[in-house]
Amino acid sequence: MTMAPVVLACVAALLALAVAAVPAARSKAGTPFVYGGSLAISVVALVAALIGLAEGPSTLALPLGLPWIGVHFRLDALAGFFLVVVNLGAAVASLFAIGYGRHEPEPARVLPFYPAFLAAMNLVVLADDAYTFLFAWELMSLASWALVMAHHRDRDNARAGYIYLVMASFGTLALLLAFGMLAGTAGGYLFSVIRVVNPPPGLATLVLALVLIGAGSKAGLVPLHVWLPLAHPAAPSHVSALMSGVMTKVAVYGFVRIVFDLLGLPTWWSGVVVLLLGGVTAVLGVLYALMEHDLKRLLAYHTVENIGIIFIGLGLALAFGANGMAGGAALALTAAMFHVFNHSVFKSLLFFGAGAVLTATGERDMEHLGGLIHRMPLTSALFLVGSVAISALPPLNGFASEWLTFQAILLRPDMPQWGLKIMVPTDGALLALSAALAAACFVKAFGISFLGRARTAAAAAAQEVDRFSLAAMFILAALCLLTGILPGAVIDGLAPVAQSLVGEHMPTQLAVPWLSIVPIATSRSSYNGLLIFLFIAASSWIMAYAIHRFASHAVRRSAAWDCGFPDPRPQTQYSAGSFAQPIRRVFGTVVFRSHETVLMPPPGDMAPARIEKSIRDPVWDVCYAPVEGAVSVITETLNHLQFLTIRRYLAFVFIALVVLLLVLAIWQ
Amino acid sequence: MAVIIAVALQGTQMFLVLLLAPLLTGFVRKLKARLQRRQGPPLLQPYLDLRRLLAKEVVLAENASWLFRVVPYLIFAVTWVAAALVPTFATGFLFSWSGDLIAITALLGSARFLQALAGLDVGTSFGGIGSSREVMIASLAEPAMLMIVFTVALVAGSTQLSSIANFMLSFEQGIRVSLALALIALLVVAIAENARIPVDNPATHLELTMVHEAMVLEYSGRHLAMIELATALKLLLYISVIACIFVPLGLGGDNAGLARDAIGLGSYFVKLLVAGTMLAVFETSIAKMRVFRVPNFLGAALMLALLGTLLMFVTRSF
Repeated sequence: MTMAPVVLACVAALLALAVAAVPAARSKAGTPFVYGGSLAISVVALVAALIGLAEGPSTLALPLGLPWIGVHFRLDALAGFFLVVVNLGAAVASLFAIGYGRHEPEPARVLPFYPAFLAAMNLVVLADDAYTFLFAWELMSLASWALVMAHHRDRDNARAGYIYLVMASFGTLALLLAFGMLAGTAGGYLFSVIRVVNPPPGLATLVLALVLIGAGSKAGLVPLHVWLPLAHPAAPSHVSALMSGVMTKVAVYGFVRIVFDLLGLPTWWSGVVVLLLGGVTAVLGVLYALMEHDLKRLLAYHTVENIGIIFIGLGLALAFGANGMAGGAALALTAAMFHVFNHSVFKSLLFFGAGAVLTATGERDMEHLGGLIHRMPLTSALFLVGSVAISALPPLNGFASEWLTFQAILLRPDMPQWGLKIMVPTDGALLALSAALAAACFVKAFGISFLGRARTAAAAAAQEVDRFSLAAMFILAALCLLTGILPGAVIDGLAPVAQSLVGEHMPTQLAVPWLSIVPIATSRSSYNGLLIFLFIAASSWIMAYAIHRFASHAVRRSAAWDCGFPDPRPQTQYSAGSFAQPIRRVFGTVVFRSHETVLMPPPGDMAPARIEKSIRDPVWDVCYAPVEGAVSVITETLNHLQFLTIRRYLAFVFIALVVLLLVLAIWQ
Repeated sequence: MAVIIAVALQGTQMFLVLLLAPLLTGFVRKLKARLQRRQGPPLLQPYLDLRRLLAKEVVLAENASWLFRVVPYLIFAVTWVAAALVPTFATGFLFSWSGDLIAITALLGSARFLQALAGLDVGTSFGGIGSSREVMIASLAEPAMLMIVFTVALVAGSTQLSSIANFMLSFEQGIRVSLALALIALLVVAIAENARIPVDNPATHLELTMVHEAMVLEYSGRHLAMIELATALKLLLYISVIACIFVPLGLGGDNAGLARDAIGLGSYFVKLLVAGTMLAVFETSIAKMRVFRVPNFLGAALMLALLGTLLMFVTRSF
């Protein structure tokens, strides 16, 4: 049985649900109806995608859209894998939203767009011609824009929506041009046609640049990421999870589909470009996150970081592929795809956690939280699992995929091109740096928000969230652990994807004894998350048991010691700002030109001393501020044209006519 | 029979590191005291401390959460597993392939992550100061360590410590500039990671200079015992890693037989003795740095290690 029609039927059902949600949003039952429906449909699509991933390509053409093209769909291994990511994320987000959505003040602004957003993401992945792809891509952008604007009365959200719309349109324009170039003058918009035609090198360069702009802006590659940390947190939390965890992956899909599948043989310098962008994105993303105190925005910046890690893997795959090292390309691509999956899981989990905190306290600012581990023990434990996973610490899944990326970096130091000889180890260093900084950042995120003492009354009065939200987070946390200790299963599942894109796949992992993963050979490197997890669990449990049984189990509660000077005021704790201060001083002075000034009151004045810090965003200053300045100068100048007398307007019309006629005369 | 020996060897390794770790710490303390012309505590004092702490009740801060109580056992377990993966007296133990040097580095990262969280749990200013500084130090030390792993892995063609040790034992590598760079960087990282002078002072309780001690300030009783033991294990682990990569002399190979293992054990004791002496002498002869000079110190290690890796990519002969 072919699975493409099944997924398409799910898409149609989601679109129907979107229409039905318009009247349903008025009633109280609308929220469980829409989210319950989305959950059921997504689960069906998820199962279909899993089958489709294993069973091979199936295609379908419908006589819709432009009459001379039609609408084509194809479910191959790559599409199947990304459909799994999309629908898994969609299913848990819907489950989470059954509980979370009840707190939505204006459900009519969310409910109709939510199923449409899910449908659009499925369609992008299924599309098999440029027209369908771009249509679905734009639908995805617009539906998510509407969701970002759900709470549009907030000025920040309105600004976020505006910047998102501008960037999304810009990105789609770039993709449109890229497909135009690929299709050529003959107008072969079918992917199957584009795949056979190999464009000349000059054109391929241009297409690569356009795809990096188009898909990269949606994924959040530096310097095109500016909209992402504004727009993702602005949406309701389950939508934030979908945008960060899933939509950025659809963008990665777009990049992989065009560059690996449609464009033909890669060149080595395309690997250098992608590696450079990936490395810079990974480190800058996490540094931005460290400077951030808004929990959801911090998570959004981490999405930027993880996209960088994924692009490092993709860049390595391009570099290996260009040098005819198919095995290396398969390893690097598998690592990147594994990270795609992992990031979608733990980022959704973390955004759900942030949403739960938002529900319980109404706060996103970490400086107003604290002590939630006492009030929300389950949410805290689940958020902790996500934090460990995203910090790439064993035995959870984030480490498994980063470990594979490291193995890919170490695989072939003998590549002939100098650009790659320098870029590959540099990316290794950047990846290591970003992993260490991510751990620092999540000590901050979890430690300041959930540990310590409550900093506000709202945090002190927080209540644990509902069962649906907890169930959704629990499923994702369990997946973090499962794929962390059994990475071989995911790697084997990705074998058809790598086979179809680079013509080689990693050795079968589940056949290795003890369920280790061995990318190349046992003497070279191996990792067994299962054994490490079991050893840690067993030795900590045995030690705790032995001590409690044979030594002492007495506990006495007392005031904190704090070197003899405990202060009961919660303000005396470390805050997010003070926690990040050493790192800001080490890295921020260079990257963000961060600056601290202490304002001392004059002698005799009783006013408190103040410390002021300033941070500049280098990307905004270099890339966007000049554009913004130029646009405003031009519009200011042209503004005069609005206030002219009728004589002058007539004069303009006359001059324009004469000039046009002159041009025409010269042209002939 | 072979399986029993393999299990016995792996077990010996696990309990050997556990038993030796406090002794090493005691040795370094004693030697430092003698170098400062003090009598110093007895050599076996760390064991006595552990026994004393284990028997005592735990005094828990009022708002300490469940995380605070679980973390000591986890830190200990993670560090112990990491230490058990390092070849001490022989290579190729039964489970040595379940984690390579990258995994060992990351396991220590997990322990530090938990430790830093525990520092923030009670919500005191000293806990925060320790955690905040610890993650700053780690954000440079961990990438430096990974770059060292890269250099060594590129020389030996493996990230697996047993394979690396066997390769180094064969002396195929000769003398290489990149390995020298990696060694210097590894020494710096080891000092920083183990909170030794000049980065941090394990003996201090002078508030504003503490890093590691500030994080564990609220711990007492058996919890503190677990953390102290993990700290001792970590020092032993780093010395074992340095020994097995750069001075693998005498190390028994994979399944080399009991005679070779005995030689390996003897040479391992000698290596620990030498390393402990060097550490004590180094710590006595240098002053502690200001916190914000530590990034320069570690940044230099990161750059040296990166240089080593770059050299390996550029040419195979350095």
